[in-house]
Amino acid sequence: MITPFPSSHPHNPWLAHSVRIQRVTQETPGVATYDMAFDDASVAESFQFLPGQFNMIYLPGVGEVAISISGDPGQRGVVPHTIREAGNVTKTLARLPLNSSIALRGPFGSSWPVESCVGKDVVIVAGGIGLAPLRPAILHLLKHRSELDELTLIVGARDSSLLLYPERYDDWRAKGMNVLVTVDRADESWHGCIGMVTAVLDRLWLRDASKTVVMTCGPEVMMWYTVQTAIRRGIPSAQCFLSLERNMNCAIGLCGHCQFGPEFLCKDGPVFCFDRVASRMKVEDL
Amino acid sequence: MSHHTSIQPADVSVAGLLRTDDLQQLIDALIAAGYDVIGPKIDQCAIVYDQITSVNQLPRGWTDLQEPGRYRLQQSDDSKYFGFAVGPHSWKKYLFPPQSIVSTATRTENGWQFSTDAPPAPRLAFLGVRACELAAIEIQDRVFLHGPWVDPIYKSRRDAVLIVAVNCTSAASTCFCSSTNTGPRCRSGFDLALTEIAGGFVIETGSESGRAIAARLPLESVTEHHHAEASSARAQAEAMMTRKLRTDDLHDLLLGNLKHPHWDDVATRCLSCTNCTMVCPTCFCSTVTDVSDLTNDHVQRERKWDSCFNIDFSYMNGSPVRNSIASRYRQWLTHKLASWQDQFGTLGCVGCGRCITWCPPGIDLTEEVVKLRDAVHANSEDPS
Ligand code: SF4
Ligand code: SF4
Repeated sequence: MITPFPSSHPHNPWLAHSVRIQRVTQETPGVATYDMAFDDASVAESFQFLPGQFNMIYLPGVGEVAISISGDPGQRGVVPHTIREAGNVTKTLARLPLNSSIALRGPFGSSWPVESCVGKDVVIVAGGIGLAPLRPAILHLLKHRSELDELTLIVGARDSSLLLYPERYDDWRAKGMNVLVTVDRADESWHGCIGMVTAVLDRLWLRDASKTVVMTCGPEVMMWYTVQTAIRRGIPSAQCFLSLERNMNCAIGLCGHCQFGPEFLCKDGPVFCFDRVASRMKVEDL
Repeated sequence: MSHHTSIQPADVSVAGLLRTDDLQQLIDALIAAGYDVIGPKIDQCAIVYDQITSVNQLPRGWTDLQEPGRYRLQQSDDSKYFGFAVGPHSWKKYLFPPQSIVSTATRTENGWQFSTDAPPAPRLAFLGVRACELAAIEIQDRVFLHGPWVDPIYKSRRDAVLIVAVNCTSAASTCFCSSTNTGPRCRSGFDLALTEIAGGFVIETGSESGRAIAARLPLESVTEHHHAEASSARAQAEAMMTRKLRTDDLHDLLLGNLKHPHWDDVATRCLSCTNCTMVCPTCFCSTVTDVSDLTNDHVQRERKWDSCFNIDFSYMNGSPVRNSIASRYRQWLTHKLASWQDQFGTLGCVGCGRCITWCPPGIDLTEEVVKLRDAVHANSEDPS
């Protein structure tokens, strides 16, 4: 399984690793996956991450942005990040030619509890680009499929053009994951399910709710109602995990930006057990 | 709160008495040992910290009158060197500079090259560090040195510092370090500590480096009389302190009332000017931004102090999370007094009173806590 990185970090946390944009895959409108390859072979060899962790992608002269890693934690050398064009850094990144030199610092943050899924049923619920931070967990669980019982992915998007990684769903199904897809709005070309991910979760057959782990990522309201639905279905809230997002600047718990009550999202999160953050998710402007 | 563990070994002992006329010899000994001496100095009608080489630069015979929203210097009726409390500066500006370079990037034929090499930290001797400020440094040590990540800039500066503490012999009206258990007595965390009495300074040492400096001073032996005078001088600071903050219930009181209407009440007075966070010796928020030269081939990542009162501080996905002043004041106060305890095992407030004095409308956190507590209790007793 995965070895977590040590808790003491001898190197300077501000030192970025040079990387090249090795490949760009257009995903949905304004969203692309950038495969980053390290310039330094020894960094390429030693760089490891846990599913759910993020990197600070750095464009010198422009700035940094926190992006979850969306690749296979078992793969070395190339690190994929699925990124939506939103701010300055991501818009500039989208215009850079292949093989451009950029940088990253990382990996940072907490991870999905893939280790504790052994012998359990797992339901993964993703909304829109929220599937990206879950993909490393999916790839990891598929690799260890025999150690789990039921494995279900519920993917939702506003419409079918916004579904992330649709071309991989069949492969994931073939490897033993039940993939359920739903969209909020559909035209006549859509033959699948219409409605919210929570409606799908509501009807999902659960072998044993008390032995089910839920991992969800997407807009905060979506995650909130996903967990509410899970709890209503009898899944213990302590087995529900989500990934939160806030302004991040340093990624090492020193700049103060990402605080969410007592938590620093960069070092205590971004992945949390629902119980740990539930009371604060209902406080406005926290 | 009594979670303070000392960074220095707890080997504090009295070294002797330094005559008032020999204070320059302390500065000289520090300089001879290779330190730049930073001490209190009057600048623009306030006592600030700056480099000094002579006792004549110290604000001898001056004191500071402080109230919510007000600060004024006044000639005092004695000629004490350290007869004032704390001003708008704190030692934070030397350990965690308002502006610093965390890394640089250079464009080469083989792509960007990065460096975090920094010039060696200056060897500074802080002269006149008060008990609350020792506590503040210890709190920032927890933030920058004892988390999962160490801040290299803070570490190199902190390692190069020698601390000469001064026990307060008076207190400003805004001080409340007795309540936060961070003063007024300097107990640990210093290399040398001074207590000013008539005719001289009782000198204590708290480290090897402190003892080495003390060994170069013309110290006289401390008599029973000196000891008695020093402890009554220190007791006077304690006696003058009128402001109080009840701390035992802060954590649950603040975090349990995040939706209380009192936050909106403070928001009608708070200007969100950031002063309180800039003067606070424990506030550590910052933002790193890129600064490039004209060719865009050399880039520096510059870290500057930031504040949770800045609207952009919480900016995410096109809008700030904390859009209202109420939410920003709530973030500041709940962090200082409550969530800081979860994060670092201590309050984030050392009772120095700076945020009270330098708040333009004179908002006093100790009073805001009382108002919130009273409102919460009044409500819970309300039979309806
Ligand atoms: S919160 Fe105010 S009183 Fe407390 S340490 Fe900061 S400036 Fe001083
Ligand atoms: S509390 Fe006072 S000093 Fe702090 S931001 Fe508000 S007005 Fe400014």
